[in-house]
Amino acid sequence: MRITQGCFSFLPDLTDEQISAQVEYCLSKGWAIGIEYTDDPHPRNTYWEMWGNPMFDLKDAKGVMLELADCRKAHGDSYIRFNAFDSTRGFETVTMSFIVNRPKVEPRIRMVRQEVDGRSQRYSFETVR
Amino acid sequence: MNAETPAPLPPKVDLRAEFEESGVKAVLDELDAELVGLAPVKARIRETAALLLVERARKRFGLSTETPTLHMSFTGNPGTGKTTVALKMAGLLHRLGYVRKGHLVSVTRDDLVGQYIGHTAPKTKEVLKKAMGGVLFIDEAYYLYKPDNERDYGAEAIEILLQVMENNRDDLVVILAGYADRMENFFQSNPGFRSRIAHHIEFPDYSDEELGRIAEGMLAAQNYQLSPGARAAMAEYIAARRAQPHFANARSIRNALDRARLRAANRLFSADGAVTVEALSTIEEGDIRASRVFLGGLMHERKAAE
Repeated sequence: MRITQGCFSFLPDLTDEQISAQVEYCLSKGWAIGIEYTDDPHPRNTYWEMWGNPMFDLKDAKGVMLELADCRKAHGDSYIRFNAFDSTRGFETVTMSFIVNRPKVEPRIRMVRQEVDGRSQRYSFETVR
Repeated sequence: MNAETPAPLPPKVDLRAEFEESGVKAVLDELDAELVGLAPVKARIRETAALLLVERARKRFGLSTETPTLHMSFTGNPGTGKTTVALKMAGLLHRLGYVRKGHLVSVTRDDLVGQYIGHTAPKTKEVLKKAMGGVLFIDEAYYLYKPDNERDYGAEAIEILLQVMENNRDDLVVILAGYADRMENFFQSNPGFRSRIAHHIEFPDYSDEELGRIAEGMLAAQNYQLSPGARAAMAEYIAARRAQPHFANARSIRNALDRARLRAANRLFSADGAVTVEALSTIEEGDIRASRVFLGGLMHERKAAE
């Protein structure tokens, strides 16, 4: 099942050239790019593993793309995403986030029903490989 | 020209016009105007600019083979303008479209080499990532390599640098700088560097006359001027200072002028009454004559000479 999280996730996967152009845009806004990866795309799994520190003070997208290449080498069959962090006072948050790498076979997300408190139903989701 | 047929690819390219348009001329003119002397350096930069312009024209006709390597080494004595030229170089390469961003990242050994095992590679990579799309300027590059300590982490930084210099030639230009004799040693013990650096540019020492002009230029930039007496004193000062130890060309001059300004301020402050604008912006002969250089240098150096 195709996971749709962050920007551009309803579009076909971005090519490296397109990713690079998006990174250029982020850098032109003064945002710092952080790379994160995970094998569990559950929507509640907010905190993915960090690939190194977020990259501040970059001028060119090439630096980020080099790190992406390294991350793909190590975690090619995982989800990898870029987070663009805006350090402007008052924002100080991630302003843009998009997936740049997906595993070959994506896990499904399954709904689970549970009976609680008599006949009440509780719904939850889990990732199934 | 027939308006109906689509314009064919121009069979000729006007290099002169290209030169004016690209803004390269502006950088070169600026270089000529701002930097006194340094004739061989300027000639070399002009050649590099010509090469890149021609290369760009060739690319337009599909003649280009591969991007030329532009890693450089600047060698010369202290204070001969290596950093200043590197900054100009970054601007020049950017206008020629050789580097994408044209910023200069200036580093020394401390920024590249780590303190413990496994610390160096991330540190060096961090710097390289910041320099992507621009120029990486490594000052006193020979400190990277310490032959007397084989467990020094400098070798690791060198290895990563060489790799990036080879693989990311389109992404950044590396400029190594340092004193001539020690750079020579450095290249001797790291043949990889020598072969990857195509351009070795030597910065000559300034002549006394050039240093005099540099002094006036520095003062003019700060809205100061020399009185005629001070100008003569300055010429004598330069000749005397050159003979003394730790002479660092333009940097020595800058320091001398800073001290002269200090004395000038003190002189104006201790004199009573109102001062004119002219007095505020003039360095007098006495401000320069008061320097210890005229007595033969610092106290302990004078003793050693006796």
